[in-house]
Amino acid sequence: MGKFESPDFYAIDALLSEDDRNVRDTVRGFVDDNVMPVIEKHYEAGTFPTEIIPKLGELGVLGATLPEEYGCAGMNNVAYGLINQELERGDSGVRSFSSVQSALVMYPIYAYGSEEQKKKWLPKLASARAIGCFGLTEPDYGSNPAGMITRAVKDGKDWVLNGAKMWITNGNMSDVAVVWAKTGNSDDPKSIRGFLVEKGMPGYDVREQKHKASLRASVTSELFFADVRVPEENMFPKAEGLKGPLGCLTQARYGISWGAIGAGMACYDLARQYAAERIVFGKPLAGHQTTQHKLAHMLTELTKAQLLSWRLGKLKDEGKMTHFQVSMAKMNNVAIALDIARVAREILGANGISLEYHVIRHMCNLESVKTYEGTNDIHSLALGQAITGIPAYS
Amino acid sequence: MEIIVCIRRAPTTDARIKPGADGKSYDPAGVNYDISEYDKFAIEAAIQLKEKHGGKVTVLSLGPTDTTKELRTAIATGCDAAALLVSTGNHDSWTTAQALAAKIKSLPHDMVLFGWNSVDAQSSATGQMVAELLGLPCATVAVGLEVAGGAAAVERLAAGGNREKLSLKLPCVVTCQKGLNKPRQPNLTGIMAAKKTPVEETPAQVPAGGVATLRLDPPPPRPAGKIVGKGPEAAKALVGLLRNEAKVI
Repeated sequence: MGKFESPDFYAIDALLSEDDRNVRDTVRGFVDDNVMPVIEKHYEAGTFPTEIIPKLGELGVLGATLPEEYGCAGMNNVAYGLINQELERGDSGVRSFSSVQSALVMYPIYAYGSEEQKKKWLPKLASARAIGCFGLTEPDYGSNPAGMITRAVKDGKDWVLNGAKMWITNGNMSDVAVVWAKTGNSDDPKSIRGFLVEKGMPGYDVREQKHKASLRASVTSELFFADVRVPEENMFPKAEGLKGPLGCLTQARYGISWGAIGAGMACYDLARQYAAERIVFGKPLAGHQTTQHKLAHMLTELTKAQLLSWRLGKLKDEGKMTHFQVSMAKMNNVAIALDIARVAREILGANGISLEYHVIRHMCNLESVKTYEGTNDIHSLALGQAITGIPAYS
Repeated sequence: MEIIVCIRRAPTTDARIKPGADGKSYDPAGVNYDISEYDKFAIEAAIQLKEKHGGKVTVLSLGPTDTTKELRTAIATGCDAAALLVSTGNHDSWTTAQALAAKIKSLPHDMVLFGWNSVDAQSSATGQMVAELLGLPCATVAVGLEVAGGAAAVERLAAGGNREKLSLKLPCVVTCQKGLNKPRQPNLTGIMAAKKTPVEETPAQVPAGGVATLRLDPPPPRPAGKIVGKGPEAAKALVGLLRNEAKVI
């Protein structure tokens, strides 16, 4: 297949600043050079391409919106979105690595952490000399994190953690885990606080979750806490209740809304190229009405998603973005990307199931992306609350 | 070391170039621009020399104001300063060289680097002309470049695939070829820092040239392919044609 051509039917490039385009093109080149040549092999083997981790740090994508004083790039949110788009054009697992590090580890340290915590961790995480993960989801509590059973009990100057977390991206690779636990009664979500649990702390253990048919080029882990003593200075001083972790998730979901566009663009472009080259009944597949109908549907949905995320980024930069708006973009863009991947798979016929053509990899990945960081159902309920004022999930 | 790298804003190597409505220049519609491919080897060489010997890299270009994008990319990659001689005209190598040389004279320089050829104009002459105008020694198509003891050791491609080794007294002009190095990508921190680095823009003083473009014609359409037959016999015929007609095997 030929070189990737980015669809831009509504001239959205013209809405981007020169710097935004420069950032996007730089990350696009990085993905072409460093992700595309190895991703098929890693996906098949079920391994994360660890060789790209230092390069991601060098490139400056990690925590890219955070200030330069902590070793970060200090970018706007549209540029950050475009980074996610390009990384996920490569693979959802690669974008997940970067999203978790940026939005779920570096962001809470920056937003809720002490100055000492920021100085200790942010430069290392920005340069990928340290890797982080985010422990919120538990085996029995996914969409309902308020029900978590992980507890932290004060004992002298330490907090003692007990519990378990599951489906944790980067878990086994991490030097630090942002862990959310209740410090009060089990029915008191207001007592939820965030802790920085460091690799090697006695009682802290991780186990990789294998046998996944999706996000295979991504490390997913269980975290176990058995009387882990966490010093007081490792607790976030500025996060109390569910607002802490939900604030992180808003950041991550914003990035996912862009990332899904990248996966969708990859599948659309592969399908377009394949349809132009494949001869069926004596003419290109692209010349058949059924294929044109599919391609038109894909491009239309992609264009709508591009505009949705671009506007969301502008609102975020202006400080006007709401988490309800993020829910709409995450829900819509992942759903359409998955739909595009499925239709692309159809256009590619039998070749569509070969990893060589990438669409099946994106399709399988997007099944996870549709579920994590708030399922489509939960996001529709968030929108339902925004519309009616009545929260259906409480 | 004070190093000046002269770069050109040119279509990306994957751009589809076709004649425009005037029949003299290419149609810019749908064409994306970048630093001309071989100039990237010059930028990388300059940054490596700076890293080894210290000093400053100034990147210089003649072109429209849009060229600030390419200059900022050079800064994001590791260059220190940028200057643009603003001109929207389509200049030949000689007039371009005169404008560049006049600017270079006003800047300190131990070495002036170019790409050996631009991917659009393809004249591969500007570097040598600038050297002539500045009265500096010049080496072209460099695939190796070191500096020691006030001289540049240049390895260049010579006739017959031979490698020629030259020593040039500094200051000098070197044009760079693929194989000299592996150009690095700018990182995002660099892109943000480049935003804050001013690009000095001055109107270009380009003398009138003696070359006028009369026409730009598209290449002749590719001849239709030939189907030599079907089955094992066709393979035999194909091998025969590849061996005797195309002479590629």
